[in-house]
Amino acid sequence: MAKLDGAAGFIAMTKADPVTGQSLAHDSAVLHVTGTATYTDDIPEPAGCLRAYILKSPHAHARIKKIDVSACYRPGVHAVMTAADIPGVNDVAPVFSGDPVFADKEVFYAGQSVLAVAAETVEMARMAAQKAVVSYEELPAILDVHTALREKSFVGDPYTMQIGDSAAGMAKSRHRLSGGMNIGGQDHFYLEGQVALATPLENGEMHCWSSTQHPSEVQHLIAKVLNIPDHAVTVDVRRMGGAFGGKESQASLFACVAALLARKSGRPVKVRLDRDDDMIMTGKRHDFHAAYKVGFDDRGLIGGLEITHAVNCGFSADLSNAIADRAMFHSDNTYYLGNATITSYRCKTHKVSNTAFRGFGGPQGMLVIEYIIDEIARALGKDPLEVRKVNLYDAKGKLGQRCTTHYHMTVEDNITQELFAQLEKTGDYHRRMQEIKKFNAESKILKKGMALTPVKFGISFTLTMLNQAGALVHVYKDGSVQLNHGGTEMGQGLHIKVAHAVADEFGIGIDRVKITATSTGKVPNTSATAASSGSDLNGKAAQAAARTVKDRLTAFAASIGKENLPFKELVQLAYANRISLSSTGFYKTPKIDWDRQAARGRPFFYFSYGAAISEVIVDTLTGEYTILRSDILHDVGRSLNPAIDIGQIEGGFVQGVGWLTSEELWWNDKGILKTHAPSTYKIPTGRDIPKDFRVALFDEENQEDTLYRSKAVGEPPLMLGISVFLAIKDAVAAVKKNPRLNAPATPEEVLKAVMG
Amino acid sequence: MFSAMPDAIKFMLNNELREVSHLPPTTTILQYLRLQERLTGTKEGCAEGDCGACTVIIGELAGEGVRYQAVNACIVFLPTLDGRHVITVEHLQMNPVQKAMVACHGSQCGFCTPGFIMSLTNLLHNEPAATDEHIQDAIAGNLCRCTGYRPILDAARMARKASARYLSSDITTLKALQRKNMFSYAAGGGKFFSPRTVEELAEVLGQYPAATLLAGGTDVGLWVTKHYQALETIIYTGNVASLQQVRETPAGLEIGAAVSYSTAFDRLAAYDESLEELLRRLGSTQVRNLGTLGGNIANGSPIGDGMPPLIALSAAIVLRSKTGARTLPLEDFYLDYKKQDRKSGEFVEKIIVPAKPPDMLFKTYKVSKRFDQDISAVCGAFALTLKGDVIMAARIAFGGMAATPKRAAKTEAALQGKTWSEATVRQAMAAMSLDFSPVSDMRASAGYRAMAAANLLYRFYLETTGAKTGMRVYNYGQA
Repeated sequence: MAKLDGAAGFIAMTKADPVTGQSLAHDSAVLHVTGTATYTDDIPEPAGCLRAYILKSPHAHARIKKIDVSACYRPGVHAVMTAADIPGVNDVAPVFSGDPVFADKEVFYAGQSVLAVAAETVEMARMAAQKAVVSYEELPAILDVHTALREKSFVGDPYTMQIGDSAAGMAKSRHRLSGGMNIGGQDHFYLEGQVALATPLENGEMHCWSSTQHPSEVQHLIAKVLNIPDHAVTVDVRRMGGAFGGKESQASLFACVAALLARKSGRPVKVRLDRDDDMIMTGKRHDFHAAYKVGFDDRGLIGGLEITHAVNCGFSADLSNAIADRAMFHSDNTYYLGNATITSYRCKTHKVSNTAFRGFGGPQGMLVIEYIIDEIARALGKDPLEVRKVNLYDAKGKLGQRCTTHYHMTVEDNITQELFAQLEKTGDYHRRMQEIKKFNAESKILKKGMALTPVKFGISFTLTMLNQAGALVHVYKDGSVQLNHGGTEMGQGLHIKVAHAVADEFGIGIDRVKITATSTGKVPNTSATAASSGSDLNGKAAQAAARTVKDRLTAFAASIGKENLPFKELVQLAYANRISLSSTGFYKTPKIDWDRQAARGRPFFYFSYGAAISEVIVDTLTGEYTILRSDILHDVGRSLNPAIDIGQIEGGFVQGVGWLTSEELWWNDKGILKTHAPSTYKIPTGRDIPKDFRVALFDEENQEDTLYRSKAVGEPPLMLGISVFLAIKDAVAAVKKNPRLNAPATPEEVLKAVMG
Repeated sequence: MFSAMPDAIKFMLNNELREVSHLPPTTTILQYLRLQERLTGTKEGCAEGDCGACTVIIGELAGEGVRYQAVNACIVFLPTLDGRHVITVEHLQMNPVQKAMVACHGSQCGFCTPGFIMSLTNLLHNEPAATDEHIQDAIAGNLCRCTGYRPILDAARMARKASARYLSSDITTLKALQRKNMFSYAAGGGKFFSPRTVEELAEVLGQYPAATLLAGGTDVGLWVTKHYQALETIIYTGNVASLQQVRETPAGLEIGAAVSYSTAFDRLAAYDESLEELLRRLGSTQVRNLGTLGGNIANGSPIGDGMPPLIALSAAIVLRSKTGARTLPLEDFYLDYKKQDRKSGEFVEKIIVPAKPPDMLFKTYKVSKRFDQDISAVCGAFALTLKGDVIMAARIAFGGMAATPKRAAKTEAALQGKTWSEATVRQAMAAMSLDFSPVSDMRASAGYRAMAAANLLYRFYLETTGAKTGMRVYNYGQA
């Protein structure tokens, strides 16, 4: 149990009773269940607050001939903004340019922001915006990657990663296969939609509450569109109602619209999207078309491999190049490829600009190689698990010839063999596989399938610069501690994990540590809370800040010869003796070094691993299916908080299952999204999870020096959902030899696979 | 002429009496709670009744007690609260559900959490011994994107061990709020009428023939929240006592047009377990508490799940107006896409579902991307009357296959008089392609609809001719 005060003495307590490793509840759990946790839309609006509505483009691609907003000015309307009214730069792109706040001269997707109105109510704003006269001249639109490839329409240069000689490897191989698959995108469907509240301050300054994973970027972009310095903008985030990558770059547009309207009207302005606008206007997980050629021997050992990704980036670069890179990085998953060429085309289409989503391209890259392994096994008539085992990287501690990735990093920490061994046993893999075969022989319509798939996910931002973090720790005279760090809370339990570290550093109870809203005014120049890096980076930074204060306190205690004072007394005494009780902390990830030009280096500090077995039953008349059982064994290093980590694993898995099964994005032939609300876009419900769901943590510390030897957990478990997709394919294989299955495997897609 | 004077909406909000007279009748409970009362624990996730983040509990007098139901505040118009008690998450004081959610780590981002708390509180109040199936049904309309649901299900299981009395109301005050005559409300340019009798309903509809008839509002609510329609005059059928009744009559089961799915559920489920499954998959608990069979029928959506089984079961509807009533077979009500045979001043009064003859084989099936709370790609219903193994009569109806709910006439003809055998079924499946030319849309392609519909007939054959193994993936392995 957490201690509530430091009565046992400062130094002794640090060792005595750490909270790290305990399953403490989320710091806001009681607020969540009582409805008192404050989200951005719940903050009491300042007096005179206006509401905004953004008018969207009805066309996928068109030239704007004319915008006339004179009819928008009606009673209750206080400001109307178009591209022409922006005092600064009309661009909210995170990396490369090309994401305008408001379309200027041309619209590039159906749903693009064209203008915005601020009025006393959102109804007034919407009605006023609809009075704007915008005349368009429709232009031809590129709506799929195949057309984009043909027309060489790209948001970035094609990119290749290579090891060995894939052509020679395939030529030497006894067997060869080639094929392709479509991989659908995914809407984030965070329950809280995009929202920002901007308040104009004196002297041209701006404050903004934003539901964002990246307050520093929102700060910078508000400054950029308003043409003021970064120091004149403060962005605060207390919590998000879910994000999953969808508020990494996507929150900026709405915060900037709020700030622009606030500047123009001189009043606070809230922008909150309803669900439909949110789904229509914001980017999603990238849909891919992947093509492959593979050569292999009788055991299924890969001798040569070529994979080509056509990535649907949408109309702008956004984060697409880094996402497409990560898909390439994960084209090996846990397998040594030897001779491989991975090529990626970043296709520019007239659709919403796709963006970060939990896994950041990794899931698509991983699905392709797992699909290929499955195809190899079916071609050889083997259990796919056998083929997986044959191709694994060398195990940790037994590194030989098979430990170099296609980007020339040595995999030093592979534990997949051990994960497989444990999971085969606890999941009773072989006996159940036999039972499934027996069942399928007897059951005419219903067929079962099972798959065991691994995950190896690289941890670190692949743009090395981003792997830094800051924190600020204040100790107050009453012995309470206020903690601020650059990470944002979106439900993942980052704040409680970082608070663990600070409490343990001081040897005080966790209740003494107050986590405050993330603020650009407290910790500057932060990276997005993304890439699963939140606790690795911010935990270490907060620990460093706490350690600085602790070192001062320890030195002071030694200087006065009193080493066993309760924390509170020590703090009071230190204050009286003019010892600083506040410190910043900083952390940068060691060892990483990535040369993108050469496509060589060590982009990742370490890898997180996991494996899952899933068993499904499929109705071959309709393509409907149910997950009967899933067993997961996942590696989080030494867990900072097992309950929080298991929550990430289960939630990630179910989200991954949704991506590959029921979540289908559907555009009509005009490029208009028709699945833009939960009535048409189906994320999993409580009944869709495995009927028998068993999750365990792999018990082994990180061999790298991370926060208490833990490992990142945010993204990797999502890819455990691949086990369900391949289990469905396995079930279909009971009626159709070598079936083809595209993602998502909706009942329709499954029936298509059954029919061939 | 009726002569009800406009009055304020009077209801209980948590522990307090409220009178509202200034908000337009189409103001939703959610808008009212968040903007007027600043009760922000109730969240907006979708504004269409599909995510459950706005779930609140509504209590209404039932005899000497109060009946509590979870509903989606985002699609319920405020005047329908008149005389009722609305309970929000702010009213709960760390009850066993809330404690269990904390103990089981059932919240991550927390945005959906109040909605789950309300759904589960309502469930355990009404069903202290809730089974796992009850729990799944209770939260089928609550979406969580973070947890993967397991800890929420565990929390519900933990909470059901605590015997708590969750909900209560000030019955004296609620009784005092009940009205004998029609409630009229007018504000912001909109009018709202809530008649108490069929006569009042006919009268007011006669006076405002262009009025929107509001039954459960699970679709009408969306006309406002999604399509921004201004509904000038609304006539609410939810307080017409005689429309709330379900009666057994010689002609069959009579279901009043304002009976909610939840209320009709058990009676209809008795026709066949497949109908029970269909009803359970129709919307969510929150939607079924509001939505009515009458509304589903009158609305005439080609993808409404109520119609195919009712048409297959030879249901009829009674339409009433000031000038009288007429009865017609349900399938004749549908003329074209969203065009029904409802004349000006008419309303659906009741649905008559004949008893299922003992020699009738009947099954209904729904195919959708997701089991719970999804709209059908295809919904089919099959009723065969056999003499020996010869098909004497066949009634087959589909939703999702045409612009209206529609019978498969050529398929039926291919079955009529034949032996109920695999060969006959194969011929009928081929004939079905002449009955329908379905569309491709976001729910399914035309090809899939056609193939799945034909395969459902085959499933019907297998299930009614003694297939040994279970035929459904959803309840596979269950007794």
